Amino acid sequence: MPDNASALQLVLSGDPALFSIVLLAMIVSLSAVLLAALIGVPLGALIALTSFRGRDGAIVLLNTLMGLPPVVIGLLVYLALSRSGPLGAWGLLFTPQAMVIAQTILVAPIIAALSRQTIEDLWLEYRDELTAMNVPWPGRVGTLIWDARFSLITALLAGFGRAAAEVGAVIIVGGNIEGHTRTMTTAIALETSKGDLPLAIGLGIVLMAIVLMVNALAWVVRRAAERVAG
Amino acid sequence: MKIHRRSLALMAIAVLSSAAAAPALAQAPSILVASTTSTQDSGLFGHLLPLFKAATGIEVKVVALGTGQALDVGRRGDADVVFVHARSEEEKFQAEGFGVRRHPVMYNDFVLIGPKSDPAGVQGSTDIAAALRAIKDRKLPFVSRGDRSGTHVAELRLWKDAGVDIAADKGDWYKAIGQGMGAALNTAAAANAYLLADRGTWLAFRNKADLAIVVQGDKRLFNQYGVMLVNPARHPTVKKEAGQRFIDWLVSPQGQRAIADYKVGGEPLFFPNAGDPNA
Repeated sequence: MPDNASALQLVLSGDPALFSIVLLAMIVSLSAVLLAALIGVPLGALIALTSFRGRDGAIVLLNTLMGLPPVVIGLLVYLALSRSGPLGAWGLLFTPQAMVIAQTILVAPIIAALSRQTIEDLWLEYRDELTAMNVPWPGRVGTLIWDARFSLITALLAGFGRAAAEVGAVIIVGGNIEGHTRTMTTAIALETSKGDLPLAIGLGIVLMAIVLMVNALAWVVRRAAERVAG
Repeated sequence: MKIHRRSLALMAIAVLSSAAAAPALAQAPSILVASTTSTQDSGLFGHLLPLFKAATGIEVKVVALGTGQALDVGRRGDADVVFVHARSEEEKFQAEGFGVRRHPVMYNDFVLIGPKSDPAGVQGSTDIAAALRAIKDRKLPFVSRGDRSGTHVAELRLWKDAGVDIAADKGDWYKAIGQGMGAALNTAAAANAYLLADRGTWLAFRNKADLAIVVQGDKRLFNQYGVMLVNPARHPTVKKEAGQRFIDWLVSPQGQRAIADYKVGGEPLFFPNAGDPNA
């Protein structure tokens, strides 16, 4: 990024370096949220609908994992992906893929815990009906997830917010490499360390604006879908 | 429901493969260099790497950490080249068999930064040891990197030169923050504290607030940078040809000139000295 430029100027001038940073940040966080949803929603549904020994413990554990510090996840993924670690042969350390892995681990418990709560509430409402109709297991899970889909969007957005805002995990496993693994949050950390506080704040405002747009888009989609579903 | 899940999966695959494709598109050979915050924050790499890429076609990815951490990345085999500034640590790295051969590249110097009001009364002195003793005697706020970086290693050595056992004598006035040079400068700017900084980062730093250089020019403030290839015998994944080309270029007349040409506000930040056998 050029010297002496405010973040607003960078946005208005369509600065290619800023654009690639924003694009990478969005690709990484959205990929992580989608992968985490594929893991978290079914897992949440499973816990919601089943009763097993230690279920209360599993729920408390899942809720606790929502608070996993990103820096701890970053460190664990770093050690796993390092050339000296168990998955070192993959050669993924300091790549965008490593960032997706770390953020997926960060976000999956949030989506699973929120999905579990949402689906369990709905299950209490539907249980008698679904049991009376003798709906088989996969059908029950499917119906519940489908009918809870609008509430589940909120769970996904919570996960996206966490992924887009974190810096601790991506800076460790991505390395904040210019043009390769630099995202919005790691760029903000870098500009702060260079003492360019106005640019750092400006980038922060750009990040907030993007998260706002994603949320607004999700809201519009939800409203439109609700009207159609009527 | 089925369609819903499948489309979700397809989207995930599409997004993931595009993320995977991004680095794959750049087919140019690339190496990973673990280096220090001072070389990145001062803007030196932004100046050097495009020149190196134009000369060789090799892309250099830089992970900027403190010297101790950068060497650890090399020890784990996660970097091809380490480019750092703490000779004692570099020699240890080499003695352990992780580095092939250490090449001196360039130097600059450390400076003691402090508030313009200078409560220690050391402004203009060229005796860093006396200045540190004055700070310690008056218990004036001092910010330490505390992160095993090259600057931290140098700071600890200077306290020793000053006859201060900092591990025993530190009190509330001595704040070890465990962060990079920029974060340390930001902390000192907010607390009006003294700190040791490398001149390059200081010159490029933009949040100077009420801070200024108070002590400089002592030969004990010399700050040498060295570069090493991570030992391919230890870590077979090291890209030894491309890594060695980067090292050869840095110490070549062309690379040395590029280092000398880098200036901020008309002032050179680093001085090439690859030819100095004692560096």
